[in-house]
Amino acid sequence: MKAIAKTSRNNGRTTGISDRTSDIVLVVFCIAILLVIAYPLYYVLIASVSNPYDVYAGKTFFLPSGFTLDGYKAVFADSSIVTGYLNTIKYTVIGTVFSVVMIYLTAYPLSNRELPGRKFLSIFFIITMYFGGGLVPTYLIVKSTGLIGSMWSLFLPGGVAVGNMIIVRNFFENSIPKEMIEAAEIDGASKWTTFIRIVVPLSRSIMAVMVVFSMVAYWNDWFTAMIYLPDPESHPLPLILRNILIKSSASASQASTISGGYAELNKLTELIKFSSMIVAAVPMLIIYPFVQKYFEKGFMAGAVKG
Amino acid sequence: MKKAKQTAAPAAVMGRKTLKRRLVSNWQLYAMLLIPLAVTIIYKYVPMYGIQIAFRDYKASRGMFGSEWVGLEWFRRFFSSPNCIRMIKNTVLLSLYSLLWSFPIPIILALMINQLRFHRFKRVVQTVLYAPHFISIMVVCGMIRIFLSPSGGLINLLMGTNIDFLTEASAFRTIYIASGIWQDAGWGMIVYMATLSNIDTTQYEAAKIDGASVFQRIRHIDIPELIPTIVLMLIMSAGNLMNVGFEKVWLLQTDLNKATSDVIAVYVYQQGIENAKYSYSTAVGLFNTVVNIILLIIVNKICSKMSDDVSFV
Repeated sequence: MKAIAKTSRNNGRTTGISDRTSDIVLVVFCIAILLVIAYPLYYVLIASVSNPYDVYAGKTFFLPSGFTLDGYKAVFADSSIVTGYLNTIKYTVIGTVFSVVMIYLTAYPLSNRELPGRKFLSIFFIITMYFGGGLVPTYLIVKSTGLIGSMWSLFLPGGVAVGNMIIVRNFFENSIPKEMIEAAEIDGASKWTTFIRIVVPLSRSIMAVMVVFSMVAYWNDWFTAMIYLPDPESHPLPLILRNILIKSSASASQASTISGGYAELNKLTELIKFSSMIVAAVPMLIIYPFVQKYFEKGFMAGAVKG
Repeated sequence: MKKAKQTAAPAAVMGRKTLKRRLVSNWQLYAMLLIPLAVTIIYKYVPMYGIQIAFRDYKASRGMFGSEWVGLEWFRRFFSSPNCIRMIKNTVLLSLYSLLWSFPIPIILALMINQLRFHRFKRVVQTVLYAPHFISIMVVCGMIRIFLSPSGGLINLLMGTNIDFLTEASAFRTIYIASGIWQDAGWGMIVYMATLSNIDTTQYEAAKIDGASVFQRIRHIDIPELIPTIVLMLIMSAGNLMNVGFEKVWLLQTDLNKATSDVIAVYVYQQGIENAKYSYSTAVGLFNTVVNIILLIIVNKICSKMSDDVSFV
């Protein structure tokens, strides 16, 4: 990538005006796109620390007005939001470990070209990407296996994340030297030892990508929880946010902490909308840039090999 | 096929013992697959087999496979329900318009950003473009609702109006599609960026020496390289044409925009989970899936006729 940038920059001197003009047009265009994408997020951020009346009067287009952290204080004082947050962290951690282990356990055997039945097994998993039982039959099976109300109902019905598994399988096939695996096996290491000692450490980059993808999926998931977890105490953060953002209702614990009457409550309800969105979105937005270059590569492997 | 035969031949010469030995020597690999296979069978394949409740009158006491067989009764009921035509129409139009708008934009973005010569800036653009993909649909819908609010919502403030967009049936598709583009156009771009990064840079150099402008280079080098990926992505999107995202529609639906926001996926959820009409809901969902598969096959046929290099399934 760097090489492309360098060579074209050197040539830029000799290629005349048309390239330079197109550069300017491109940069302007990209800045416009950046604004379109980033501005809504920026607006939510400044609104979350501004006086809600100023927000609704249109005084916070560029900078916060009437700076306040009340929204964040209220979010962290609200027991249902805090419980939701802790639930989400728990589900994300356990779900991510589960998902990545499942992906690895499937991808490694399927990456072994010598494995009898490899093709059949691959197709067996890939079919589930395109065809499923649908909402109700899956629900009934989850119910009859006794998972309703259990945290495992969030992980098990998803099975193996087949799209991600294929990316990892392709990585094993293309990026881990076969000689190393063969050498280890000649030295007497079992398949399992080779997997743990050689394959897993050598695939750290793709593992980082899988960890982030799974984390994001579990962090943002609410639909599965809505169907399978009836107890509000076990609801994850996005489902709690639904009451605040979509139904626009103040929770009981919020109402009890406010003494200033309806207007104050209303003001705080509006402020909490913004601050809770920030609190929910920020962790994932901080994490993904760290593995960005890996998932770009991962997609390359996935794109080429399908 | 030919290759498979060639590799199979020496194995056959070595006799059957090899297959047996290969099975035995790989036992640990099969053992690794046990848990993933079990989970996939229980939670993916058993529900597929359970689709038969669409043709049965499901009673919890008699189970998924023992309830009374009623044939196409549920389908008949769906097709004669008052909102059936509206739901099918809304589902098809919403996804068709989505596809028309959100399919080309990632391609255009990739072509343009690929031309950026300032490396640092290019990375910043990419990072920012991916960001919305990592935000929960719940938060995105919260933002949409706040921005579109008739009193003090960002859009109304900017336009100096006070329209309640979410109660306007005519605005629903635009809201759905525009927010979809905002959230996922950048992410959709990755696959094309990856393909473009495979292009041999000497091609650009040669084109430059020949005096090709940026647009000529895009037209004659980048686009031909992208065609197979575009076709593949098109087939995949077509296969999802009837899979309108339930979550977003459901979160943005109001009583007043149902004329355009009433889609099959939401109906399947309401009937199946909220009203516990298991068989009926499964039948409606199955109808949706079957239409999807037919579309997938048709598009795949058309595309594989158009280009030989790409095949799917």
